[in-house]
Amino acid sequence: MRYIEPHAHMVSRVTDDYVAMVTAGCEAVCEPAFWAGFDRSSAQGFYDYFRQLTEHEPRRAAKFGLPHYCWLCLNPKEAEDTGLAREVLDLLPRFLDRPNVLGIGEIGLNKNSRNELKVLEWHVDLAARTDHLILVHTPHLEDKYKGTRLTLDVLRADGRIRPERVIIDHVEEHTVGMVLDAGFWAGMTLYPETKGTPARAIDILERYGSERLWLNSACDWGVSVPLVVAHTAREMRRRGWSAAAVDRVLYQNPVRFLSQCPRFTLG
Amino acid sequence: MTRRETLDLYFLAARHQLIEVAAFMDRVDHAPGEADFRWAAFVKALRCLETAPAGERAAAVLMALSDPTTVPVERAPGKGAVGAWEGPAS
Repeated sequence: MRYIEPHAHMVSRVTDDYVAMVTAGCEAVCEPAFWAGFDRSSAQGFYDYFRQLTEHEPRRAAKFGLPHYCWLCLNPKEAEDTGLAREVLDLLPRFLDRPNVLGIGEIGLNKNSRNELKVLEWHVDLAARTDHLILVHTPHLEDKYKGTRLTLDVLRADGRIRPERVIIDHVEEHTVGMVLDAGFWAGMTLYPETKGTPARAIDILERYGSERLWLNSACDWGVSVPLVVAHTAREMRRRGWSAAAVDRVLYQNPVRFLSQCPRFTLG
Repeated sequence: MTRRETLDLYFLAARHQLIEVAAFMDRVDHAPGEADFRWAAFVKALRCLETAPAGERAAAVLMALSDPTTVPVERAPGKGAVGAWEGPAS
């Protein structure tokens, strides 16, 4: 089998994960910019991180034969400080044309605050002005439903945003419908505890169809499973999905969305 | 999959998870001290298993644990989430 890992924070993972992913059939990995688990103390910290995502990590992945792409932004967990956010937003254009950059992400909300919303709007404006794809993070647990609704409001309010160029990630049963109904792509993240599971993700695929959905591990420095997309392929087969149908969801769907960025190429 | 095939594939795992939920509730029952809002939210969510329309149980449980409000908060109270909504800030 082959698959794309469309959301993984590889800077937090070890080389064994690269070996395992490639062995399992992963043909490209995409890494959104996110929170390090602690707040960076200045915009310079983000500058270094963006260099890591666009220079160092692609080289590390290449050692294992895996194409590495990334998304850039200031993540919503650090968006409360709008002064810092403005500085980081001003840095971003210097990096957006680098060869492995897919677009702006993972932007969005965390605790659904006014400052987070303002920073989300700034990112959406930047993506619209520079014609980049958007990857949206939706909040965790009890904040997800409200945050997804607020995010949809922001995106729909900007007439320049084309829904087919935006993927809204971490959807679950209570949010997937509103995202797909609005014309956006939706991502399902498979975590041992705090998001979806392979079985639930397949339930959603069987209920909503697989036209605009993808699956990811969002593996990072927390409890997460880098091979869970491959595990889900096995579960899909157990439930009677054909190999071709599995391939459509786990490989062709990410390729279809990501190919809207001319820098995304395979092989 | 048919209902029978679904049961064949998932019944034992669901039974295991159901007993884990029951044991968790027993554990809280036997523990000293007061519970907090998470306990009430959990019990409310559990009731959704019976009251939600067929085929909508997962969404109903998630909603029972979610912040249903629509107005952004003035300032992020922190970064983390605990899995249940405490209710409107006082």
